[in-house]
Amino acid sequence: MSGTPMLRARGVGIRFGAVVAAADINIEIMAGERVSLIGSNGAGKTTFVNMITGYLKPDAGQIELAGRDITPLEPRTITRLGVARSFQIPQLFDELSVLENMLVATACHDNRLSFWEAARRPAAIDRADALLRRFRLDEHRARRVAELPGGVRKLLDIAMAMTGQPKLLLLDEPTSGVSADEKFPMMDIIMGALGHETSAGKMTVLFVEHDMDIVERYADRVVAFYSGRIIADGVPKVALATDDVRRYVTGELVQ
Amino acid sequence: MIGMLFTVVLVLAGLLMPKWLTFLVTMAAAQGLVSLGILLLMRGGVVSFGQGMVFALGGYAAALGYSRLGLTDALGLTLLGGVTAMLVAAPFAPMLARYRGIFFAMLTLALSMVIYGLLMKIELMGGSDGFNIGRPTLLGQTLSDARVGYVMYSLTIVTAGVMALLSRVYFDSTRGLLTVAVRDNELRVEYLGGSVRQAMMINFILAAFAGGMGGALVVMSLGHIDPNFSYWTTSGEFVFVAILAGWQSVLAVFLASTVLEVVRSFSSSYFPNTWQLALGLFLLFVIRFLTRGIGSLWIKENRR
Repeated sequence: MSGTPMLRARGVGIRFGAVVAAADINIEIMAGERVSLIGSNGAGKTTFVNMITGYLKPDAGQIELAGRDITPLEPRTITRLGVARSFQIPQLFDELSVLENMLVATACHDNRLSFWEAARRPAAIDRADALLRRFRLDEHRARRVAELPGGVRKLLDIAMAMTGQPKLLLLDEPTSGVSADEKFPMMDIIMGALGHETSAGKMTVLFVEHDMDIVERYADRVVAFYSGRIIADGVPKVALATDDVRRYVTGELVQ
Repeated sequence: MIGMLFTVVLVLAGLLMPKWLTFLVTMAAAQGLVSLGILLLMRGGVVSFGQGMVFALGGYAAALGYSRLGLTDALGLTLLGGVTAMLVAAPFAPMLARYRGIFFAMLTLALSMVIYGLLMKIELMGGSDGFNIGRPTLLGQTLSDARVGYVMYSLTIVTAGVMALLSRVYFDSTRGLLTVAVRDNELRVEYLGGSVRQAMMINFILAAFAGGMGGALVVMSLGHIDPNFSYWTTSGEFVFVAILAGWQSVLAVFLASTVLEVVRSFSSSYFPNTWQLALGLFLLFVIRFLTRGIGSLWIKENRR
């Protein structure tokens, strides 16, 4: 692999009072990579995601997107540069319908906010529908979001993040709160939907995940966190087999 | 479409109305413009308890334009009122856009009362008594006593009609949808790349424009202005109308405003000391049985 990495963190650190949530994080992620962030609760995964999106500002170090320093920027500006995220707890517009949620997302991403252009113009609806189909959400399109079951909310949350065809997509525990037998079908839908984008623009994906079966199947690289530090970084088979990961992440007894 | 037809019908119907009724509807439509502004804000999840401020600003701008600048054209004064209110409100928009709920309501209330206090003290503008203005002209025509009532009525109805139409276009636009999204989940709007503060600021400024025009129209019909335009009970009435109307329908705002005017004028002549009681009972009834306002009577949930 060559060229500028899509994402580069250099010496990134942050602390909340006495708690070190990230310390000297150094990482380079190349365009098109599928990276899984693993680690036990409080290890610093979500903190890292929040720093990339600009929601939290690191105390030290800097974060670059395709060579550009994005550390001081607002979340909204970073979003506009091509970083989108989904949330562990879906962040949706509960009073609106599924379709309207997508229309808000497309209007924002296109930077086509206007006082007179109708939100429900056919071109916008067609685009929203195409994405909904890709996430198999079309059957729910007219439903009010507050009525939707958890798994559907998760998918909609991710679909909204993807409307802007981001360069870097951050998924915060895409399968949390979803029953064990639904996890794989759900990841298949998500990764299938991503596949479309990759051919066009090589989407880089970072996902936080607790389920090691999911990690092994869908990630081509694993970055393991423990108490704010990276303790392993590599292809899943190798990274998951290291002593540190087995001891601190997967919770096995290591002699 | 229905709105435009309604406007035309009302303008024509004005020819047949008795004088007291044209005056009542003029007041209702002009004040409805102020409540329309509150509706704009309500869609974004905030309510202003100080719209009396922009109402007074528009009113004073028109009155001063008439008496000091010699501007007599009714249409020109209406626009002057709207633009002035907008310009005075604009510097406060960035600050207000950071507040929600009761804090937004109280800050707007505070602003309106500051304006009230200032108007009470400035002798140049009549102090607590206010001052009178004469009859306006329209498009170069002087208006006789007999015609001025109907002309002001028509101008007010047409202005309200145009603003209602523009509001509808705005509500249905991408920005309009974004406003409703802001009310639901600000965090997500920011993470989609939309600006919550910008949306709130725009709504506040547009609301000021509508309210200012309403103030100017009322002043021209009344022929008098005083600081009570900015008093908190005046602001309260605009909120009352907005709650009565609900946030879904533009037409409902003007209906609600008419209801308020009717109840006010009838009850103040039949039971002058207790008319607020009638109003209060009416509002209780609406909140209990029509939570989404009278607009919900004909606007169905377009989902489900």
